Amino acid sequence: MRQFFVFARKEFYHIFRDRRTLLILFGMPIVQVIIFGFAITNEIKNADIAVLDQSKDHYSARLIQKLTAGSYFRIDRNLQTPKTIEAAFREGRIKMAVVIPPRFGQDFFHLRKAQVQLLADAGDPNTATTLVNYARAIIGNYQQELNGPAALPLTINTTVRMQYNPALKSVFLFVPGVMTLILLLVSAMMTSITIAREKELGTMEILLVSPLPPHLIVMGKVVPYIVLSFINALVILAMGVWIFGMPVKGSVVLLLAECVLFVLTSLGLGILISTVTDKQQTAMMASMMGLLMPTVLLSGFIFPVESMPKPLQWLSNIMPAKWFIIILKDIMLKGSGLREVWPQTLLLTGMTIFFIVLSIRKFKIRLS
Amino acid sequence: MRTIRFILQKEFLQIFRNKSMLRIILVIPIVQLLVLSNAANYEIKNLAIDVVDHDHSAWSQRLVNKLTASGYFKIYRHSFDRKAAFEDLELDKADIVLMIPPHFERDLVRENEATLQLLVNAINGSKAGLANGYANSIIRDFNQGIRTEWLAMDKHSGPAVIDVTYSNWFNVRLDYKVFMVPGILVALVTMIAAFLSGMNIVKEKEIGTIEQLNVTPIRKHHFILGKLIPFWIVALFELAFGLLIGKLVFSLPIGGSLWLIFLFAAVYLWVMLGMGLLISTFTETQQQAMFIAWFFVIIFLLMSGLFTPVENMPQWAQTLTWFNPIAYFVKVIRMVLLKGSDWGNIQSYLLIMLAYALVMNGVAILNYRKTS
Amino acid sequence: MQPIVTNALTKKFGSFIATNAITFEVKQGEIFGFLGANGAGKTTAMRMLCGLLRPSSGTAKVAGYDVYTQADKVKQNIGYMSQRFSLYEDLKVKENIRFYGGIYGLRNGEIKEKTERLLQKLGMEAEADQLVSALPLGWKQKLAFSVAILHDPSIVFLDEPTGGVDPVTRRQFWDLIYEAANRGVTVFVTTHYMDEAEYCDRVSIMVDGRIQALDTPRQLKAQFGAESMDDVFLQLARGK
Repeated sequence: MRQFFVFARKEFYHIFRDRRTLLILFGMPIVQVIIFGFAITNEIKNADIAVLDQSKDHYSARLIQKLTAGSYFRIDRNLQTPKTIEAAFREGRIKMAVVIPPRFGQDFFHLRKAQVQLLADAGDPNTATTLVNYARAIIGNYQQELNGPAALPLTINTTVRMQYNPALKSVFLFVPGVMTLILLLVSAMMTSITIAREKELGTMEILLVSPLPPHLIVMGKVVPYIVLSFINALVILAMGVWIFGMPVKGSVVLLLAECVLFVLTSLGLGILISTVTDKQQTAMMASMMGLLMPTVLLSGFIFPVESMPKPLQWLSNIMPAKWFIIILKDIMLKGSGLREVWPQTLLLTGMTIFFIVLSIRKFKIRLS
Repeated sequence: MRTIRFILQKEFLQIFRNKSMLRIILVIPIVQLLVLSNAANYEIKNLAIDVVDHDHSAWSQRLVNKLTASGYFKIYRHSFDRKAAFEDLELDKADIVLMIPPHFERDLVRENEATLQLLVNAINGSKAGLANGYANSIIRDFNQGIRTEWLAMDKHSGPAVIDVTYSNWFNVRLDYKVFMVPGILVALVTMIAAFLSGMNIVKEKEIGTIEQLNVTPIRKHHFILGKLIPFWIVALFELAFGLLIGKLVFSLPIGGSLWLIFLFAAVYLWVMLGMGLLISTFTETQQQAMFIAWFFVIIFLLMSGLFTPVENMPQWAQTLTWFNPIAYFVKVIRMVLLKGSDWGNIQSYLLIMLAYALVMNGVAILNYRKTS
Repeated sequence: MQPIVTNALTKKFGSFIATNAITFEVKQGEIFGFLGANGAGKTTAMRMLCGLLRPSSGTAKVAGYDVYTQADKVKQNIGYMSQRFSLYEDLKVKENIRFYGGIYGLRNGEIKEKTERLLQKLGMEAEADQLVSALPLGWKQKLAFSVAILHDPSIVFLDEPTGGVDPVTRRQFWDLIYEAANRGVTVFVTTHYMDEAEYCDRVSIMVDGRIQALDTPRQLKAQFGAESMDDVFLQLARGK
């Protein structure tokens, strides 16, 4: 056991001597969480639109004014002829064009029906749909306003309560996501690379001939990273709470325990990657290309899992990140306890054991 | 020039000899393109809804049918039980709960007014927003329907309406894949350019072979070109392959000129290669190089508009995207492919990339010292 | 004209003087041993002569070219083999030769012909298509030396070329060095093995950045009244 500590200490020295890596390890997650916490959101604001107002009357002017009154739309340009619409879209700035045909006001009051046409750039379908919905709601209100206050018969009112996140802050979704992503990548990448590095530089052989059994060597390499990653997790959590106002409704102890578990899962994954690669470059590319995009896309971090095709929903189940994001959100936002999150916890534990057992087996095969 | 040829030959030999790396460079991106392009979709179907119907009237039943018929909602539980519904929300079993109060139909008829309640699980803000939007618009339609029916209101006696028609340009079927494939392609190509180029130089430092190269008459720029060009070629090749797959598998529209895309990619890749090179000049180990490259690429990537629209970001973050090369490429490739933008539309972006590439590589070369 | 001429060549790193005004000449076809304890300034001196490091003051000409202004010319005319293994492990033997030949500007025909001759001389024809990583260390070192003089440089710099190599291979390695010297190649070699110092035509010994002794091994032994070069070295190294 003493030898083991000596060995782990050596790893700590390696890490702490290398200031640049240390800076990256701690500085980068902080910067990233801050940037993403503030920058990644799905709330659409100030979308640039083009307006083609062919009636140019009092009512159309007011309609345009209504559209831009909120923070949703911003008029990028006024078009003069329908022919220019497509060219305007090609330039890439505007997301939607609003076309008001001639005689808007007249039609509304005399024919009791006026037309408005919305042309959305559905290149980005989500934004297109959302913008059209916003615009329709605004136009609907305007219509009501023009019709005067006379109450309509048979009106269904709807009251909406947004549970758990009343302000609909996307920070609540993205902070756990970013935290998961960073923990996973940093931990998995760091471990896979340090082990690959020893292999590449030939120092692994020296370690392997030492009296330490191989699994202790691997553990010795990993323990410092468990500590580092856990500190990282703490820092990110603290930032989530104090900078982004994430609540921690559930038990802090449970939350931290889950963080440790996830760090272990990520490290296990890192070790597994390192057993199948023997070059740093390969280890890095494997953990980058293999983990980054799938984690971002399949974990439910940005895109809802529910909207994926079935096979991908199944596939998303093998993403450790998906389960950790659920655990984080449940504990922090809903105040769930182990009673609610035990299935996810069990899954993560299972994955961790699986990764470690598999790497030990691979490791042994290599040695013999 | 002959020297470069020999360096290129050596680099390609090394790339092709490293089978596991080759797999990572060539196979993983393609698999990811095929698989992940399906993942990115905001359109939510089959949201789980709990209906707590205390009214049990013909109208409440009709409303529920209308909700499920829309395709957006799928009933998870239909009951009287408020508490069970809350629990479903708590356990993520239900995304949204619709409360229909007792005497809903009666109130509507007698008082001309009734209130429905929606409880939305809002942890995922955007999903909650969509769910709420869908539910509200369905309820609105329902309202319109019963009103017309009940009062036999026709178009001429009722209040005036603004008839809003809308059309989705450039992607009539609102196919999200068409939007994501070019973006994911950019991400994959970028990773190759940014990670491998810099790492490759640092690797020679770490192994010590750079020492040997330094005493040879290889010129600085020959060495750098020899290191970067292979990944430039690999990345362009991958772009071509990815576009082909996009076309064949996802029927990606190619609205504009492919030449324009490749021209832009060719310039853009030099920015990323230059970044890798720059990183390699002030790092000693591959680990350092990689972490730094990783840091920038993740930030560039997540803020590029690839996953979430740039327009949604706060102003300061939008300003930051002026310096984000990935954002330009994502924008341009989507413009050209989906909207058929032409030379005039992307000219200014291309110039920015060109300037960026020159600055990046210029700084990197100044920084890269063969003799200290 | 002498292949290497230095005059008060000095390199300072901040206030630390790594090489302190060293002055020496190396003759054509000579095997010049460059000795010194670790940290005595050998590597610094060698790096300056190869055009890898800019001197702080003094002059040096290598193959008739000034190391300040004509570093590129210097590089074209020297061969270099470092203590760290300098061939690419993931390239085949033949590919390594081809690569280094190519970057020194040899024509394809020449490369082909020289490759054959080189492999034949080393008895490695059978290994031509093997990855370098698969070769034993001794073979790698011999190969690295042969590659370093592939472009027929007038001078070759060897930085501890035989570190970690068995005595038999070391002997074979020195045969290669002699052969090159007989062809008129000037060999500038650093080593820690004192028996190797005995093989050199002349030997310089550096202590704390200065050249403390420079002569033939025989003269040096006489001068210090020593039995072997080992003794000479120890006396000088302790003498500080």
